[in-house]
Amino acid sequence: MTSPAAQFKSETVESTKDFDHRKWMQGALAGYEVTRGGTEATFGDFEAARKTAAAIKWDAIEGLEGYLGAFADKLESRGTKVFWAANGYEAVDYILDVCRKKQAKKIIKSKCMTTEEIHLNPALERAGMEVVESDLGEYIVQLKKEAPFHFVFPAMHLKRDVISKLFEENLGTAPSDDPEELTMIARRVMRRKYCEADVGISGANFAVADSGMISITENEGNARLTTSLPKVHIAVMGIEKVVPKLEDLSVMLQMLGTAGTGQWLTAYNSMIGGPRQPGETDGPEEFHVVLLDNHRTKLLADPEQRDALRCIRCGACLNVCPIFKNIGGHNYGTTYQGPIGSVITPHLRGLQSYKHLSFSSSLCGACTETCPVKIDLHHHLMRNRRNSVQEKGGTVERWMFGQFVKLMTNPKKYRGGEGMMRLGAKLWSPIKGTKVDPLKAWTASRDLPAPAPKSFMKQWEEKKNREKNGGVS
Amino acid sequence: MSRREDILGRVREALSVPSDAGVRAESGEGVRDVREARAFMPSGGNSPEERLAIFRALAEKLKAEVAVFGSIEEAKAVLAAWVEKEGWTRVGSHHHALTDALLANGAAEVTWTDGEPSVDELERLPVGISACEALIAQTGSVLVTNRGCGGRALSVLPPHHIVIATRDQLLPDMLAGFDVLQERYGDKPPSLISFITGASRTGDIERILVLGAHGPKRLSIWIVD
Repeated sequence: MTSPAAQFKSETVESTKDFDHRKWMQGALAGYEVTRGGTEATFGDFEAARKTAAAIKWDAIEGLEGYLGAFADKLESRGTKVFWAANGYEAVDYILDVCRKKQAKKIIKSKCMTTEEIHLNPALERAGMEVVESDLGEYIVQLKKEAPFHFVFPAMHLKRDVISKLFEENLGTAPSDDPEELTMIARRVMRRKYCEADVGISGANFAVADSGMISITENEGNARLTTSLPKVHIAVMGIEKVVPKLEDLSVMLQMLGTAGTGQWLTAYNSMIGGPRQPGETDGPEEFHVVLLDNHRTKLLADPEQRDALRCIRCGACLNVCPIFKNIGGHNYGTTYQGPIGSVITPHLRGLQSYKHLSFSSSLCGACTETCPVKIDLHHHLMRNRRNSVQEKGGTVERWMFGQFVKLMTNPKKYRGGEGMMRLGAKLWSPIKGTKVDPLKAWTASRDLPAPAPKSFMKQWEEKKNREKNGGVS
Repeated sequence: MSRREDILGRVREALSVPSDAGVRAESGEGVRDVREARAFMPSGGNSPEERLAIFRALAEKLKAEVAVFGSIEEAKAVLAAWVEKEGWTRVGSHHHALTDALLANGAAEVTWTDGEPSVDELERLPVGISACEALIAQTGSVLVTNRGCGGRALSVLPPHHIVIATRDQLLPDMLAGFDVLQERYGDKPPSLISFITGASRTGDIERILVLGAHGPKRLSIWIVD
């Protein structure tokens, strides 16, 4: 088996050469920044609102013990079953158990990255159940047997002809190049699924502590239907989803909409506080909430990086990341892609196996700039780099940087190095880009400019000399 | 040790070391109280007229249809015309002062969700007519709950949702919406609260906007004086 780092490298080498794909991704994300900018401008003070959102999530994470307890107590008091899962296996076992007890055959799901993280769908399918993703993008990647490409826009990499073909092959529908028609195909399929499903599984964007409610943000209405029609509703979420008060959502929901897609609010923002209550006319008979740790407490124990648990999974850092926009989401090989994925995956799956993601960054800071809760993302990438070296230092790197320091701190050696470089560049130019080029890995997709014929110091010296000799500058 | 204590114990232990002050400072000293932060958010207008104008502009931007009627009789006339034009033989609704008035001596048969119809019956309805808890100017949203607005399915399963509201239900912002729910339901809130903002939509195919992904393709908001 190849390591995650080797796989990342080989896939990335391929995808960076695919200019069509790069152009496609950049085109797909181009509208985002414009729309978002327009929405930000409608705020009284967007930066101050962002700081409030940051403060709400700091409060939530630093008071997590009390808030989680209150959240669970309140839910249980209204008939919800709360399951605390230390890891993915426990969560999957519990969900399987609930489904089996109900003799469930058909499961409908609304978008939930946490269930991707714990690999729930394959487990349900192995147990003989039909699992259908109802979010259009998720449904498309499910039919294509692929992982989501972007945790907010799962199928953004697929063009309409691919989607039409997928529907044709799986559903026997006529081909179409009209996105509306394709959407209506999925709508028709899904309506039967909602009505027939025994169990609905959803995620949650927020867990509201003071009122014991989960909050789900969506545009399609599929989560509303998934949580309304089946007799059993199971919501799966990480323990970091907490916000302290229901009224906090008056800020958080608009921040999530604005940062996520540029909309001031998505079409449906729904809070669910229990199964059908006495006096209510419909809704599930059973409501289960699965609270998942799965190494989140390990990240919480890091006083520098627990910051990352404040993430509300809006996907903004992916949308603006120059790395994501060029390599796309699949190469990451993680549930959470982009900068936030590069920051947290080493904590969730092991630093040495996933440190390469933190090195694959230009550290431009666009992620930190755009984050609606002001997570210090690009510095966390640097902290991961530092930690990975401290934990398992690179001998070669250390020797190289030692030599580099010697070169940079000694003017004589530095100037000697310059001369060497110019000579090297001359010797190298005939073989540049050919098979025997030792720098081929670099030059295959980038250029290495030739060094200036004269250094700045040299030019300055000559200029001074000319002035001294009465010349004009 | 129970699972709950096990995880909460790990949370406690993890938090026994305070957060790094430098990292914390990076996100700035924000105003924590959302009431104090109200002015940072988009404005919902300062007068009823402003509120209506903002509400209408935002809702219509999201392809919802907003109509203001001088009386319930006017709304009844429009409904009768739509029933005729769309060929609706049956509509879905729930008992509420506004819906009862709108549907009294109506042109179509009504499936009342109060009678707990089956999912299949609900699925066949061409239109759902419901009251709402409030309208939110700041976001152009309709605030519904399952208890006050005919259950969970009525406002999302039929392909067309008509909301009937009075002008005084129009509130400035989401925070005011949460306050109204607190006032109305206290510590026994409905099991579903939903802010509906425009018709159901998706951009999952090539980021192109399509209305009516799974929920209503059409959202009509009728405000009666």
